[in-house]
Amino acid sequence: MSNETPPSPRRSPEEHDLRIGRAVFLAAVAGGVSSLLWGKAAWDRVSGVVSPVAETLAPVLPSSGWRIYSVADHLPTFDPETWRLQVTGLVSNPLTLNYQELRALPRVEQVSTFHCVTGWTVQNVRWAGVRIADLLAPTEPSARAHALHFVSAEHPYHDYLTMRQASLHDVLLAYEMDGKPLSRGHGAPLRLVIPDMYGYKNVKWLERIELLPQAEDGYWETLGYDRDAWIGRSNGYGA
Amino acid sequence: MSYVKRFSRTERMFHWLNALFFFVLFGSGLVLYLPSLEVAVGRRGLVKDIHFWTGVAWVGALALVALAGDRRGLLRTAGEIDRFDRDDLRWLTGRRPAPQGRFNAGQKLNATLTAALTVLFVVSGLLLWLGERDTSFRFASTVVLHDGLAFVAFFLLLGHLYLAVIHPATRHALRGMTVGTVSVEWADRHHSKWKPE
Repeated sequence: MSNETPPSPRRSPEEHDLRIGRAVFLAAVAGGVSSLLWGKAAWDRVSGVVSPVAETLAPVLPSSGWRIYSVADHLPTFDPETWRLQVTGLVSNPLTLNYQELRALPRVEQVSTFHCVTGWTVQNVRWAGVRIADLLAPTEPSARAHALHFVSAEHPYHDYLTMRQASLHDVLLAYEMDGKPLSRGHGAPLRLVIPDMYGYKNVKWLERIELLPQAEDGYWETLGYDRDAWIGRSNGYGA
Repeated sequence: MSYVKRFSRTERMFHWLNALFFFVLFGSGLVLYLPSLEVAVGRRGLVKDIHFWTGVAWVGALALVALAGDRRGLLRTAGEIDRFDRDDLRWLTGRRPAPQGRFNAGQKLNATLTAALTVLFVVSGLLLWLGERDTSFRFASTVVLHDGLAFVAFFLLLGHLYLAVIHPATRHALRGMTVGTVSVEWADRHHSKWKPE
């Protein structure tokens, strides 16, 4: 397939022709590449100004609204009849809770912001759930337990927090989001919420919490992410 | 009715491969992007792989057509798209008459922006892929850029589809991109400065 392009108009190149095409191309590419440095800040500002519109459109706008990330072929399904949460490991009284028993624990509510390590953020998420301390109290954790292992029903997903991290004031085991029971995509019926760390530490579809002497690498950490996923201070961000 | 050739086989191949890959990328991208689709489809790892490798094949396919096809013709076309004369500027600012060549000024801008979007999609897509494997490739704004490009590309495509398929005055142009020829009468009316041989 050669030599079949129709010849372009054969006029002598006119002096006042402007090479606008390449200028537009280069400007667009340069603008786009430079936005790697300012895009998120600019977008956060813009979406703050147009908030009524942004809130309606949030689910489809860039970098606002949730993305549902998962690693297994199928998202776990929640059956309130058969679901159980186990607390095992370095405890005197291992515990198995059903969904009703979970909901009977002291309920707390909080509003916090959720940051994904890939760059998207959801502001002001309204969570409801239980504090880890309230769940652990009856199990009588051993003094040797310095870490918690959060095991997801979405195998092989799991992650760890140190006891110290888990006792931050806004760490929550959440069963409600924005006034509704946690949906399937968000980890129904129970997920971990640790607002100071990136989303991958906020394990969804919790089925077991194990108390251990020390934290190890969770799913993404074995693939190179930071174990202590502090927002703005890990995973290549910040100093 | 007599016809003149507007687009070569290489140009048409280039266009339709680009379109085909764009739709696969847009579809798989939507599944990765919209929560409802993500929950319905699942298999995020597989969809991610499809999306990424389709992107790689997209660049490869376009490069192959450009290299194996009528290279000089494509370069000539790029030159036409690059060059804006006074009538093009009049056309862009809504002044008439503004006789146009084989491409009108809007088509030149559309092609230029599409090329820029392609480069940016590839760069930001590679950064997303690399960033997942090595945090030194991470930028907080990569995902904003990649998602934002999809929005720009989508609206550009809507305008393009409207003019190419629906708008009565311009949709004859589609024939040029499918069989390669357009009617002489239409070419005179819309591209009077174009002198096909």
